[in-house]
Amino acid sequence: MQGAFAEHVRALESAGARTRLVRSAADLDGLDGIVLPGGESTTMTMLMERMGLLEPLRGAIQQGMATLATCAGMIVLAREVTDGMADQKGLGLLDVAVRRNGYGRQVDSFEAQLKVEGMNGKTFPGVFIRSPLVESTGAVTVMAEHDGHPVAVRQGRIIALCFHPELTNDLRLHREFVRLAMAQR
Amino acid sequence: MAERDATPNGNGAVKGSFKVKAGLAQMLKGGVIMDVVTADHARIAQEAGAAAVMALERVPADIRKEGGVARMSDPDLIRSIMAAVTIPVMAKCRIGHFVEAQILEALGVDYIDESEVLTPADEENHIDKHPFKVPFVCGCRDLGEATRRIAEGAAMIRTKGEAGTGNVVEAVRHARAVNAGIRKLHGMNHAELVHEAKTIGAPVEVLAECQRLGRLPVVNFAAGGIATPADAALMMQLGVDGVFVGSGIFKSEDPLKRAKAIVAATTYYDKPEVLAEVSAGLGEAMHGLEIPTIPKEELLAARGW
Repeated sequence: MQGAFAEHVRALESAGARTRLVRSAADLDGLDGIVLPGGESTTMTMLMERMGLLEPLRGAIQQGMATLATCAGMIVLAREVTDGMADQKGLGLLDVAVRRNGYGRQVDSFEAQLKVEGMNGKTFPGVFIRSPLVESTGAVTVMAEHDGHPVAVRQGRIIALCFHPELTNDLRLHREFVRLAMAQR
Repeated sequence: MAERDATPNGNGAVKGSFKVKAGLAQMLKGGVIMDVVTADHARIAQEAGAAAVMALERVPADIRKEGGVARMSDPDLIRSIMAAVTIPVMAKCRIGHFVEAQILEALGVDYIDESEVLTPADEENHIDKHPFKVPFVCGCRDLGEATRRIAEGAAMIRTKGEAGTGNVVEAVRHARAVNAGIRKLHGMNHAELVHEAKTIGAPVEVLAECQRLGRLPVVNFAAGGIATPADAALMMQLGVDGVFVGSGIFKSEDPLKRAKAIVAATTYYDKPEVLAEVSAGLGEAMHGLEIPTIPKEELLAARGW
């Protein structure tokens, strides 16, 4: 729709997946997994609603389509969003409460090394850009934290990240997502 | 260049690296950045799906009409727009006016446009953008100009077009010039690349990066004269990553409707049936100007060196 989709395409294809850009409900047919990229969550949800993509996407994820959400994608998926637009709609499928731009404006955007679950203690480069802040979590597994707040969570077949692995050359999280998507075939 | 400006803080995080500065532009891709002069405009732009807004005192069409020295906007106006919306807010400073840029950074704007739309403050030098934590976008007319701005630290480029005209012809000229400049690099060996860099006034390292990637190393939007959904889609099909719309929205009859249509056209730029749908019934577009009717010394695109 809008955002950093080209970077995810590059990362997923490097991780061995075939990709397709999803801009209408018909584009969802036959997919094993979907990425909700970074961008502006208000722009994305408005376009998805106007083009009749919001409900079919919600249905597909509820039925178990593997999902990787980064930054704005996490906001689109979240159960609760604070500091968003008054009538900001979303999918409400991920059991977290997030604050939009919770780490501050662009001058506060940052990079930090993260310890992510399942990476044998090796760090992952976290690139945070006007990132949402996870304020509380429900039935999710926290995969990584920064400064006492979750920055990576897993819930069933959803992986949601506050940061942008697609802006790095580190493919570990994209590979993990591809494994998740293939697991149900 | 990437880490020169980065400063670590207590928790091992690094702010203001080139990666996070260029990264915000990557998040804006496929989006529309709209000029707004009031908080109400900003809310309309956000409701229409703008990926960011540009806070200004006057849109370029009015700057052109009223003349005089055009400067950075009043901080109160910028603050009121920042308070009104959750999407990123950009603001313009004059070419070479690094103190205006320092003020905008202190205000906490998300992006600074070092813009030819305002009256230049330095007729030789642009701002050294590396020391700033806030990212910069700069205009260009061709590959040489784009690569010079990137060498100075711009984290995003936009083709200039001719702002405030509602006429897309210059935006097309500049986007095609950048594309042609990059295509020409294909197959050159290093000696030829050095010669080409000298010919177009480009820094060799940035030009080599363009050759390797087959595109600019930062995000490139189109600006200057986009007034209709079809104009936005035209620029997207010419290969830009997104569009700036200045006077085209709030100088039209029905800004919200036109803004929504341009947002949709930027996502569905290659779907003529969607473009036909969103282009219908928008009311009057801004009136527009023919470029040859503008006195040469009033052309904004010629500012910048």
